[in-house]
Amino acid sequence: MNTAQLLSCTRLAFQSLNVICKRSFWVSQCMMASRHTNAKRIEGLDKNVWVAFTSVAADPSIVNLGQGYPDIPPPSYIKEGLAKAASVDKMNQYTRGFGHPSLVKALSQVYGKVYGRPIDPLNEILVTVGGYGSLFSTIQALVEEGDEVIIIEPFFDCYVPMVRMAGAKPVLIPLRCSKKQFITSADWKLDPDELSSKFNSKTKAIIINNPNNPLGKVFTRDELQTIANLCIEHDVLCFSDEVYEWITYKGHQHIKIATLPEMWDRTITISSAGKTFSVTGWKLGWSIGPEHLVKHLQTVMQNTLYTCATPLQEAVAQGLLLNFDLMGQPECYFTSLADELQEKRDRLANIVQAAGMTPVIPEGGYFMLVDVTSLNQDLSHMVEDESYDYKFVKWMIKEKKLAAIPVTAFVGDDSKKHFEKYIRLCFIKVIKYSISSISVFCGEENRNLLFFCFFWGFFCHQQQDSTLEAAGNILKNWKI
Amino acid sequence: MSRPLNARRTHGVDKNVWVEFTQLAADYKPVNLGQGFPDFSPPPFIQEAFCKAVSGGPSMHQYTRAFGHPPLVKIGAYQALFSACQAVVDDGDEVIVVEPFFDCYKPMVLMAGGTPVYVPLRPSSSIQSSGDWVLSAEELSSKITPRTKAIMINTPNNPLGKVFKTEELQMIADLCIKHNLLCISDEVYEWLTYDGAEHVKIASLPGMWERTITIGSAGKTFSATGWKVGWAIGSRHVMKYIKTIHQNTVYHCATAAQEAVAHGFDREYELFGTPESYFQQLPALLQQKRKRLALCLESVGLKPIMPEGGYFIMADISSFNDENTKDEPYDFRFVKWLIKEKGLATIPVSAFYSSEHSKDFEKYIRFCFVKDSTLNDAEAILRKWSQEQQNSSM
Repeated sequence: MNTAQLLSCTRLAFQSLNVICKRSFWVSQCMMASRHTNAKRIEGLDKNVWVAFTSVAADPSIVNLGQGYPDIPPPSYIKEGLAKAASVDKMNQYTRGFGHPSLVKALSQVYGKVYGRPIDPLNEILVTVGGYGSLFSTIQALVEEGDEVIIIEPFFDCYVPMVRMAGAKPVLIPLRCSKKQFITSADWKLDPDELSSKFNSKTKAIIINNPNNPLGKVFTRDELQTIANLCIEHDVLCFSDEVYEWITYKGHQHIKIATLPEMWDRTITISSAGKTFSVTGWKLGWSIGPEHLVKHLQTVMQNTLYTCATPLQEAVAQGLLLNFDLMGQPECYFTSLADELQEKRDRLANIVQAAGMTPVIPEGGYFMLVDVTSLNQDLSHMVEDESYDYKFVKWMIKEKKLAAIPVTAFVGDDSKKHFEKYIRLCFIKVIKYSISSISVFCGEENRNLLFFCFFWGFFCHQQQDSTLEAAGNILKNWKI
Repeated sequence: MSRPLNARRTHGVDKNVWVEFTQLAADYKPVNLGQGFPDFSPPPFIQEAFCKAVSGGPSMHQYTRAFGHPPLVKIGAYQALFSACQAVVDDGDEVIVVEPFFDCYKPMVLMAGGTPVYVPLRPSSSIQSSGDWVLSAEELSSKITPRTKAIMINTPNNPLGKVFKTEELQMIADLCIKHNLLCISDEVYEWLTYDGAEHVKIASLPGMWERTITIGSAGKTFSATGWKVGWAIGSRHVMKYIKTIHQNTVYHCATAAQEAVAHGFDREYELFGTPESYFQQLPALLQQKRKRLALCLESVGLKPIMPEGGYFIMADISSFNDENTKDEPYDFRFVKWLIKEKGLATIPVSAFYSSEHSKDFEKYIRFCFVKDSTLNDAEAILRKWSQEQQNSSM
């Protein structure tokens, strides 16, 4: 056989082998597909509003008021604390699984004061991967097949899939609003009889989010007492997601349901370093509660992640101690952040109103619901089987380069029709020349108001390129 | 509440060898060669990358892409393992676990509703090296049933240090393909092999890519265990299930740490195969430490099993006869004695075995040699101990 023949044969052999390989690969894929599907616990949990919208909004030409993270810088001491921690050798190695000692001690100090009771750093606190990780370990520890868990709508979207992953049934109840004008999040309330009807012998827990995302509602003491009474009457646990605990606006006070009589022993309270210090990318949170509950969360932790990152925990500990000393003073970040955000909230509300939309003024948190009904935007050309707000946000991203989050992502199917005219805007964003940006929606008569706000904004905030400014520009040019 | 308080998935997985021995270490403050983390710093280039990330713009401190900054990143290999189990193991599935196993595999399989089925590595006639511990193909094959979903391997192995050879992995791969099993391959120590042993990825064997999830760790790669950055790598159709788990459990991992690790890999990619590469320097450094510790252990009558890879060295303690019969396994008793009487902390190896097989392996303890000053202190203790033995035999 000469070289050419050899090469030819080899080529043929490889081609045949290629076909055989592809065929057996295909066959093996079929076999794989039939045998190796997902575990049942994740059935139907693959869709996720963030996954859907974050990648779209990541396009740098899109102004993103969607996902809830700050583009304001975190306090400099917190970043310096992290760099300092990382320069210490042992801070780069494993620490205590249930929480770095200096962090749990700092948490015990701060929350001991807030709760008005001593909190055992080793047994009543678990440090987790963000508020998200805290929710996960709480639900995995205490909820299982056969249980029902009451969730208040609108809810942070992960509650339902986490309850379902634990094999339990989510039972939904909506906050409802009867007012038509000048609406704040306080006007959205639970019907006590309706709430009571959701409790039964299978109810294991109720999840509340206070301040609420996306609505911004800060529950009053009476409202919390109504929930607490039902928990006590039916012997039900309470998982209280309080990641926005420090962000309440003037006239509203954050109350911990765990501080109501007989609630400490049945409540897990969830918090977030990311939201507390504007460092969402650090992914640290904590659960606080009685030892007989927290110990089960610790079991989950030791079998899932084991421990959280050490230098981050050290830096958060230092940040907490610094602010503990400042508590009650205007320089304390726990209050100064809320003051800073209140201005942004008010400014965004004015812009949105002037543009002809209806904001729901939040009492707390990072977000504002905006009713877009009055825009009467025709979306009949969008034929996907989706609720109006999903279509509106997709249309707005594509046509106006402005991103928001559709609010029906935060409710169950039965409530969608009550929420599909709302979008959620995040306002923990840098403002500069904000007003002109959002004025696009409005008519000529409102421009003066807007320009006043523009100059006011200009003098108040000497910062860099701003998301709110860019958003404002888009809204100003909406009708062009 | 008439129902049990805590979910059934937390039953029986609350005890943990680390909790027990970390507490002892805190009480007695021994020289700690127990838990597996370096006592020296990560390399300067990675610390600098972290500091640079930290002082970067605000975006460094906010959420990043959920599925990794890229690729699919987890909170340490630990969470990658957990996600893999949650993604593919269902109630009633069996998962074959090769012993000795990193202790979290068992509770993770149990939490997913699965049943761990154990197959031990057994020492062949000579037990000088981790390479002498082998799996029996017949024994492994006999453990496979219609319910078997996956096999979990760890190479290089913790605690033994075995680096599975290609033919050994091929034997496992053949069974995976024949019985249509998944493979979860924990390769956190992939860069740490000694004496020229070659780390082979089972996913690279024919027919294995589409059925293997490979787990890696920045903590072990860059000596920064406290950063808790790890990853899972696999074919698209398996990874999509892990992504679903991820988005419903933690959703994101810390941004700055991922950024720093990315820079670390960029640097290593450029320097791959050169003497400046950390992936060359670290194993070379650790090989020396391994040798030092092994000599010290021998001098006191502890018989080391030389590991081909990883952070740890096992030692046979059977020359220290203990006539007392107790409820506790021999290695557990020995470790406690060593902490209290010699001020030296280690980990009992039967903690890495199922109750079915642990009795056969109670005569081994595990030392971590990825230490600097702690190793010096340990050597002093062992030298003193050796001296005492010589004196008492005179």
